[in-house]
Amino acid sequence: MNERWKFWLITGLVGAVLTAAIYAPMLRKRVKRAAGVQQQSEEQARRELTEAVPMNPGDPRVKAKLFWLSDADSSTLAPAIVELPLSKDPVLRSKQVLNTLLAGPVDAELRTLPTDAVLLAFYILPDGTAIADFSEALATSIPSGIASEQLAVDSMARTLEANVPPIRRLKILIHGQEVETLAGHVDLTGTFAVNTAATAMSPTPAPANSRSVSGALVARR
Amino acid sequence: MLLAVQNIERLRLRLLFGMAFATFAGVAIALAMQAPSPTQSTPSPTATSAQASPSAQTPNGLTTVVLDPAHGGTDTGARGAGGIRESEIVLDFAGEVRKALEQQEFQVLLTRQGNENPSFDDRSAIANAQRAAVFVTLHISSTGVPGTVRVYVSSDLPAVTQSNGFISWDRAQAPFLGLSKKYGDLVQGMLAQRFKGSPDTAQTGTVRQLRTTAAPAIAVEISSVTVNDRADLDRMAAGVADAIARSTVAFKPSYVIPNMPGALP
Repeated sequence: MNERWKFWLITGLVGAVLTAAIYAPMLRKRVKRAAGVQQQSEEQARRELTEAVPMNPGDPRVKAKLFWLSDADSSTLAPAIVELPLSKDPVLRSKQVLNTLLAGPVDAELRTLPTDAVLLAFYILPDGTAIADFSEALATSIPSGIASEQLAVDSMARTLEANVPPIRRLKILIHGQEVETLAGHVDLTGTFAVNTAATAMSPTPAPANSRSVSGALVARR
Repeated sequence: MLLAVQNIERLRLRLLFGMAFATFAGVAIALAMQAPSPTQSTPSPTATSAQASPSAQTPNGLTTVVLDPAHGGTDTGARGAGGIRESEIVLDFAGEVRKALEQQEFQVLLTRQGNENPSFDDRSAIANAQRAAVFVTLHISSTGVPGTVRVYVSSDLPAVTQSNGFISWDRAQAPFLGLSKKYGDLVQGMLAQRFKGSPDTAQTGTVRQLRTTAAPAIAVEISSVTVNDRADLDRMAAGVADAIARSTVAFKPSYVIPNMPGALP
């Protein structure tokens, strides 16, 4: 390699280093800005997704029946009548009653679902199977145990049963996924019968004011 | 290069030997599990080996109790404010129950001996491999009135018998629902006498552990980890053990293996 080539090579390398030195901080700034925009978008999407379905004051006010713990016996559920403007659309109506159930009763001791649990999505399939997708907090914040988990599931199923007649069974997902149990005990791989009286395979209709709460529900797979 | 080829050949040979050994071991285990028990002439409809043969029902065959201390390992189960861990307490309870059952001459098998955490299916498999067993899973709740005990049996579960006569593993409990309810009511009745405030009869629930168990199966949940002092729970162990042992003795005459998979006794 002669002197002339060496000169051009060194000049080229020095030029590349200088260009990189100038461009790197600019690139870093751009990456930071892009990450910020992405974070904001994700948060925005999450908020939109988890935003409770607003009540429409134009909807007819009906006496909704919501099932929380009984103040006489905390091992059972009892219906509470709450007057709400509920949509006639079964999906919207289900979201409204489940969000009211999640919000909890006046006496916080009687709530069946964790305060930080969020209903992420809700669908009803043509065969009457409702799919309720909750945030992970439903599984992680609920007190672990057969009794507490069963009461949580039963409160949802019975509230839907009392307010949304087309639903036949309920499938619970956690963050879009099927999980084996709610918090180590109650089986979430199947569905829970909702309107047992209308479901052909169910041998026992669920009484509206039954004390034996869990006995009124039937798991199906 | 030659060395690499030799290594590959050696690996292939090892793989072949390994596969052959695993096959022989599998066949041997399957044959051992199908061999008739000296005390039992009729095979029970276990989830994996049940055949839909209309064999006669076999009364008084109950010899074994499978005890399942729930959770374990990294899964501590319910945790109390005072550091009480469900997984530790149920293991101690299982020890007490085992002693009481052995005094009544039952064979007792535990699904875990220490702080390991077998899967739900592995725990069920221990009961499903027995010919004349009941299954009791032990839990401590994180809610409920402290000092009370609740017994749960599986909710109604439509039985599915496959065309080859085998019971579906996923619904192995289905043919035993009637027996489970009878056993659960007996245990709950005994517990209600000892622990005031407990229900008189067993409740139904969608307990995951029970679903895959091909035997009369109950879940016993003691309230609760919210007690201030662990000794309050420890004091309940003897009463719980005695109630389970006495109820199992009382249940023995009515223990009849369902003669057809899918048939409710």
